[in-house]
Amino acid sequence: MDVFLWVIVPYLCLATFAVGHFWRYRYDKFGWTTRSSQLYEDRMLRIGSPLFHFGMLGVVGGHVIGLLVPESWTDAIGVTTEMYHGAAIGGGLVAGVMTLVGLAILIYRRRTVGPVFSATTRMDKVMYAFLGVVIVLGMWNTIAGSVLSVGGHYDYREGVSVWYRSFLAFQPQPDLMADAPIGFQLHGLVAFGLFALWPFTRLVHVFSAPVGYLTRPYIVYRSRDDAALGSHAPRRGWDRVG
Amino acid sequence: MRVMAQMAMVMNLDKCIGCHTCSVTCKQAWTNRTGTEYVWFNNVETRPGQGYPRRYEDQEEWKGGWTLNKRGRLELKAGGRLRKLLTIFSNPKMPSISDYYEPWTYDYATLTDAPAQEHTPVARPKSLLSGEDMKIEWSSNWDDDLGGSAATEKHDPMLRKIADKVKLEFEQTFMFYLPRICEHCLNPSCAASCPSGAIYKRSEDGIVLVDQDRCRGWRMCISGCPYKKVYFNHRTGKAEKCTFCFPRVEVGLPTVCSETCVGRLRYIGLMLYDADKVLEAASTPDEHDLYEAQRDVFLDPDDPDVQREAEKAGIPRDWVQAAQRSPVYALINRFKIALPLHPEYRTMPMVWYVPPLSPVVDVVKDTGEDAEDQGNLFAAIDALRIPVEYLAELFTAGDVAPVDGVLKKLAAMRSYMRDINMGRDPNGAIPQAVAMSEEEMYDMYRLLAIAKYDERYVIPPAHAEQAHALEELATECAVSEYGGGNPEIFGEGSGGVDPIAVENFQMLKDRQTSDTIASPSDRSARVNLLNWDGKGTPTGMFPPRADETEKP
Repeated sequence: MDVFLWVIVPYLCLATFAVGHFWRYRYDKFGWTTRSSQLYEDRMLRIGSPLFHFGMLGVVGGHVIGLLVPESWTDAIGVTTEMYHGAAIGGGLVAGVMTLVGLAILIYRRRTVGPVFSATTRMDKVMYAFLGVVIVLGMWNTIAGSVLSVGGHYDYREGVSVWYRSFLAFQPQPDLMADAPIGFQLHGLVAFGLFALWPFTRLVHVFSAPVGYLTRPYIVYRSRDDAALGSHAPRRGWDRVG
Repeated sequence: MRVMAQMAMVMNLDKCIGCHTCSVTCKQAWTNRTGTEYVWFNNVETRPGQGYPRRYEDQEEWKGGWTLNKRGRLELKAGGRLRKLLTIFSNPKMPSISDYYEPWTYDYATLTDAPAQEHTPVARPKSLLSGEDMKIEWSSNWDDDLGGSAATEKHDPMLRKIADKVKLEFEQTFMFYLPRICEHCLNPSCAASCPSGAIYKRSEDGIVLVDQDRCRGWRMCISGCPYKKVYFNHRTGKAEKCTFCFPRVEVGLPTVCSETCVGRLRYIGLMLYDADKVLEAASTPDEHDLYEAQRDVFLDPDDPDVQREAEKAGIPRDWVQAAQRSPVYALINRFKIALPLHPEYRTMPMVWYVPPLSPVVDVVKDTGEDAEDQGNLFAAIDALRIPVEYLAELFTAGDVAPVDGVLKKLAAMRSYMRDINMGRDPNGAIPQAVAMSEEEMYDMYRLLAIAKYDERYVIPPAHAEQAHALEELATECAVSEYGGGNPEIFGEGSGGVDPIAVENFQMLKDRQTSDTIASPSDRSARVNLLNWDGKGTPTGMFPPRADETEKP
């Protein structure tokens, strides 16, 4: 069971994530968009969207540090466990609350504003459910696990993080995850479910974050030659003989 | 010198009767889809008026276009790259649907479904966004013909600049129409605002297009364009804009809006320009000099140096020849009667306008004076400051002198031509008063008044040897890879695909420009019954006539 939950399922989800994105980019570039609804409604979006997105950037950054940086590295530069957890909980709480409040505003807006609601697909709703559950579980782990210490203290840097790195290195250690508290387990599982859904939702827009805008020239010129809209490359102009 | 070619347009506003045919045909051709209900690539505004979307010209509010920073360098008015990325989650300057209008339809079914009742059933308006009942309060032409302008006029950002005088003399109302399409700017701020780099300027003909596969819906182009001519398709989540009808232009046909213009007020032609000078011209410190600065960017296609450089830049010979015959070049640089719309946005727009003399003529006529006498008209242009200043706010960033000059040329042409039409001796002093020769004046009259189809639209087709790469023709179809082209095997849909521009537009052109019945002889054409105008009998439409079958 542990192998199924912490090896097979995560790798299946990861594969879906990777192959799904490849497929979507190959066949559905036209559908690759943020599907912004700002045109319909502006007032709530102006507060909710930046709150959610900037909060989310903080959350992702925190996860990168927490999951990918081994404890020995931070020890090596002289960061004590107390300092580390203080920063993690402080930063995590701020980012988490921003994300959660932002998401609440956005979901409320999506449900109550007529045009926005009628532009919501079934996939959007499923995605919102997964996203909401992941975020709530993550908040619960931060608050209950680290602040209130419900069910005893658990240092994820010696459990979940190590498992995650072993998972990425293709030498998974499922027992580490099996020993983690149920909150962390659920958070991880639902998150992997979200990753599997990812390429089929509007979340793909994350991967087109326009960082190149900072360096490219302002005006883009393109020749008709390389702007061919047809999906096929031009055929060669000759036929093989014999 | 780096020569580039630009497809450009000039509209003669004196001829616009505000019939909206251009808007309607454009909409039928390009934006009659869900998600683009509110999108008008071409719209006609009554001026003075708020325009579409409402008050789009107030750049202090919308922050569209470019501005000069403290060091005199050009920057986007809405802020630089970093700022754009920081506001990407919620564009603070994006117009909402209420600045355009909420699109609607009517519940027509009730008209036929309603049970017998005392009162006639009505078709209620239903929002196309939410499907709910709605109250129609605004639309793309709410203030058409100054309708309701007593209430809305004060919102016209251009009128507000000269508001103190308007209050005194508003009883002398003036009005004209302003048809607008995308300006296909030399320095497009929409393209510069696009984080994905999806908006590009075609290097062959300067047409500004949105790559639908690269657009990610960040919405920065919509706020970046000061003319608000990039629209958000709320169904696909992508930006769309006027395409200058590139499938038609590539085969040498004018845009749909020009083709269908009842007043024949649009001119299309090539402009050659020096791409190296664009940035410098757009950075001209004084707004009033922007009009002249942009004219300096254009190159004279008759200049041998320019021709040589054009050849080096790979511009085909027949394109340079087309630039020499370009009516747009004549109106902008030879007669100097066309002016750019809002040069102060510093985007170097490429759809220019001949300002209307009619507000002035109307006033003179109302006074009972001779409205075709150049003395009266010149005096009126000087006296009627409000229309002239208003036009200057639109076309020259508020500088009255160029507008004065243009209107006087138009007035001079009016009275000079009257003498000729009445069979009197032409008065050479009249063209002289506006520093033109008699011959020039007559040429100008010809171009403005009686230029035929092929003089108004000088559009060199894209080159046949490039045909494979043309966006319109890039319709390589899988079927053709199986040696397709036999229309009999699989029925109607099989065989090689005819690109629409070749099948329909070229046929249409043949029909319009030939004296006899035209039908393409080099291909087996499929006739679209909707387009069939009754001329000729395309093969296969009717069974052969009895007498034909008997012939050998």
